[in-house]
Amino acid sequence: MNYGIVVFPGSNCDHDALTAAQRSGGNARYLFHKETSIPSDIDCIILPGGFSFGDYLRCGAIARFSPLMREVVTFANKGGLVIGICNGFQILTESGLLPGVLLRNTSLSFICRDVYIRTDNTQSPFTSSLQQGQVLRIPIAHGEGNYFAEPETIRRLEDEGRVAFRYCTAGGDSNDEANPNGSINNIAGILNERGNVLGMMPHPERYADKALGCDDGMAIFQSIANAMRIAMPL
Amino acid sequence: MSHDYTLPDHLFSEIDVTVETAKELGLTEQEFTSIQSLMGRKPTYTELGIFSVMWSEHCSYKNSIKQLKTLPRSGGRMLVEAGEENAGLIDVGEGYGIAFKIESHNHPSAVEPFQGAATGVGGILRDIFTMGARPVAALNSLRFGNLDSDRTKFLLKGVVHGIGHYGNCFGVPTVGGEVYFDECYTDNPLVNAMAVGIVEVGKTASAISQGVGNPVMILGSSTGRDGIHGASLLASREFDEKTEDMRPTVQVGDPFAEKMLLEASLELIASGCVVGMQDMGAAGICCSTSEMSAKGKSGMIVNLDLVPLRESTMSAYEIMLSESQERMLVIVEKGKEHIAQSICEKWDVPIATIGEVTGDGILRFSRNGKQVTELQAEHLVLGGLAPQYDREWKVADYVAEIRDLSFIDSEKSTSIDHIKEAFKLLLSSTTIASKRWIYEQYDSQVRTNTVSIKGDAAVMRIKELPGKGFAVCTDCNSRYVYLNPYQGGMMAVAEAARNVVCTGALPVAITNCLNFGNPYDPEVYWQFREAIRGMGDMCRALDTPVTGGNVSFHNESKKHAVFPTPTIGMLGLIEDMTKTVGSGFVQADDMVILLGTQSDDLGGSEYLKQIYGKIAGDAPHFVMDKEVALQKVTLQAIHNGIIKSAHDCSEGGLALCLTEKMMASTLGASIELPFDVSVGNLFGEAQSRIVVTVESNQVEVLASLCNQYGVAITVLGKVTVDATLTINDIINISADEAREMYEGVIPSIMATELHS
Repeated sequence: MNYGIVVFPGSNCDHDALTAAQRSGGNARYLFHKETSIPSDIDCIILPGGFSFGDYLRCGAIARFSPLMREVVTFANKGGLVIGICNGFQILTESGLLPGVLLRNTSLSFICRDVYIRTDNTQSPFTSSLQQGQVLRIPIAHGEGNYFAEPETIRRLEDEGRVAFRYCTAGGDSNDEANPNGSINNIAGILNERGNVLGMMPHPERYADKALGCDDGMAIFQSIANAMRIAMPL
Repeated sequence: MSHDYTLPDHLFSEIDVTVETAKELGLTEQEFTSIQSLMGRKPTYTELGIFSVMWSEHCSYKNSIKQLKTLPRSGGRMLVEAGEENAGLIDVGEGYGIAFKIESHNHPSAVEPFQGAATGVGGILRDIFTMGARPVAALNSLRFGNLDSDRTKFLLKGVVHGIGHYGNCFGVPTVGGEVYFDECYTDNPLVNAMAVGIVEVGKTASAISQGVGNPVMILGSSTGRDGIHGASLLASREFDEKTEDMRPTVQVGDPFAEKMLLEASLELIASGCVVGMQDMGAAGICCSTSEMSAKGKSGMIVNLDLVPLRESTMSAYEIMLSESQERMLVIVEKGKEHIAQSICEKWDVPIATIGEVTGDGILRFSRNGKQVTELQAEHLVLGGLAPQYDREWKVADYVAEIRDLSFIDSEKSTSIDHIKEAFKLLLSSTTIASKRWIYEQYDSQVRTNTVSIKGDAAVMRIKELPGKGFAVCTDCNSRYVYLNPYQGGMMAVAEAARNVVCTGALPVAITNCLNFGNPYDPEVYWQFREAIRGMGDMCRALDTPVTGGNVSFHNESKKHAVFPTPTIGMLGLIEDMTKTVGSGFVQADDMVILLGTQSDDLGGSEYLKQIYGKIAGDAPHFVMDKEVALQKVTLQAIHNGIIKSAHDCSEGGLALCLTEKMMASTLGASIELPFDVSVGNLFGEAQSRIVVTVESNQVEVLASLCNQYGVAITVLGKVTVDATLTINDIINISADEAREMYEGVIPSIMATELHS
């Protein structure tokens, strides 16, 4: 299991993603954004959190032009696994690998705190080790995590079961009170049509070690490892 | 003065300088005279500008250094002496060190809260990574006026947004801090930022320039007209109606540029091409060139035309004094320039060679082909020939007046109804209430080392050293310092150490940020001397030397100084992360125990402020030796696994301490105080008290340990499954009810729209 973690100059969760991926038993290494190819042994690309290029414009709007991002798009289109976390999710929407956009939080403030998310799709390689409806405690840390897309896109995402995670209460109830940023339908993470690209605002890599108080996020890394073990050739 | 100094022909001055010019730049007549006699000639305008910033309090510590030298500044685990490098460095064993420092950005934040606070964070982070350490934690200490005014809300919003904006983007977790609201800070808020970094010992960089012929390079952002005279003019004057006009002296921060500068700087240091490195903060190029040269006993020839500029028409004076952010001065080993260049290219960080190191100790700078300086570095710097003053002091008149506590209504003090009402007022006072509204705007977890931010100090693991960690906090109750500067200075250090001890960490060293009024006011200077004397005594008693820090004078407005506020940043080491505890109750039926001597002293309490609107009395009861013994017992009992939770009594006293222990858990407690249930006993803020919980069969063990150290121990009650706190049937509050008050206050105040 080989992870490639893309490092933009303003990535700051790259190190955390590397640590979590390694803890899950995978090999992980950094891929600098100026590189022009993805090594052939990479199984899964992680676009980590941070502020890729300062994000003074729209989050992720500049990162999509990095040489390596072109390769990531090709990699994804061939069926390679790509997970974008926080800023990585924003980059995925800017790159067109996922639909919609992340708007500013309704509070207009950056929010860092634990939230609960409910697993609404267990068919993807990122969620296969989870139970339908399983609730995870995972932190968020973003100013722009308010998922928005036009009604037609939302309808498709819902009809096709591509909402992987939804903000919810500790008991799994996905209501307004549990929505930290104003996302439509409490959306916290979505999949592409093929199911090989996941974008999510919460940070599973931050809760992948009991020493930090919680390791609910490890389930996502384990799912990826399991999926690769039984994967059909790409 | 009779001397008629002239300017030699080979030097160019933009304007002819006189004593009036010097005064406009913030120098005194006496200082102008000293400068001329030191140089044996008249300075150029650029030179005078350089003197004005280098001899400002901000860079020279001219009014404080003699006092600072009375503090314990070496020993213990310190790897560099205080003031020697950009930040203190502490040995944590196994080849690693922790660099840490706190610094103020008060004046800029008062004028422009968002950028002022943001660049305060940026500056302190650079101090850490310029040494080669990667920042792993940030903290802050904030003071504002009462939160009922639009101005204070505007400042709080801006400062918090600024701190979050910079730290979140840069990628350092903001893990701790403190916030107080007192009227004296209305016009002059305090914004102190602290950073902590990890570095391999022996792989640090030094702020030194040496090696004749080595290139002098400038790294990072281009130089613009922002922040000129920030250190000398803005930071060195009181607030008045002209302050608003000084907004252009506030710098503008770019955390993304800083992140790239961080990566490039660390890679440069690791590559081995760096001779010395210093960040450019206050006083920009002139400070870094002169300090590095003075340290290396070398000189420098610099062509200012080679400095990347934002505006090509900038004069030598403006380039030298610019405080544009996110820049570093680097001396690279000759012949290795290409290494530096390729690293900077990778990180898209601009780099330019602007000159070279010389052997004669003289700084020769030119602009447009004309030489504008010929200065001896030694003349400019602290430790060199920058002035050092003894200032006049006198015991402040206010002290006699504020001692009187006869206004306290004794009947009220024992009235059950009053106690109940006062308890709720305290729980929802802005100084005590939850600061969640603030800290949730900060990323507290990035880099995945944050173990807890919920206790008395933040607990961080050190990834490089499995099983080890550190605890860190900022502390200062400035009301105590105001009431009794000597005792208050001790207490600031003692409380910071106590907070670290409450997590299970051993206090090892401090950094300090000394925020005071105008040092030319003898009463202010008395506060300053006394507070430092107190800090020094406590630091020696606890064996926590001072690693460095910063002094901020002139925190005044309309002839009224802020409370003397010597903020302490304390570092504690954790040898075994499994032996740490939190502040909240852990298990039902555990015994709740008070360690330390109970006292009903109300001096300087939040109670007096809330009920009588007064900061009055003496600083609360405090005995140094008892504090030291208390900390030893607590730490030992945590390490022995006896103590399961610990939280010290601070603002709001014992009653609030117990309430906070409940709110930090899912449990409650039933308390029977074995002393009078008076406002003094419940809400008094006598120091050296820690409430702990232990299993009932461990009470005797703890008692005998206390006995051994002469620490008082009192059983207060028991932890209950029912999440309710009862104290002698007088206070009876459920955790939900308490949280609603405690959590609700600041968000509801901040939710109301600003009127302006």
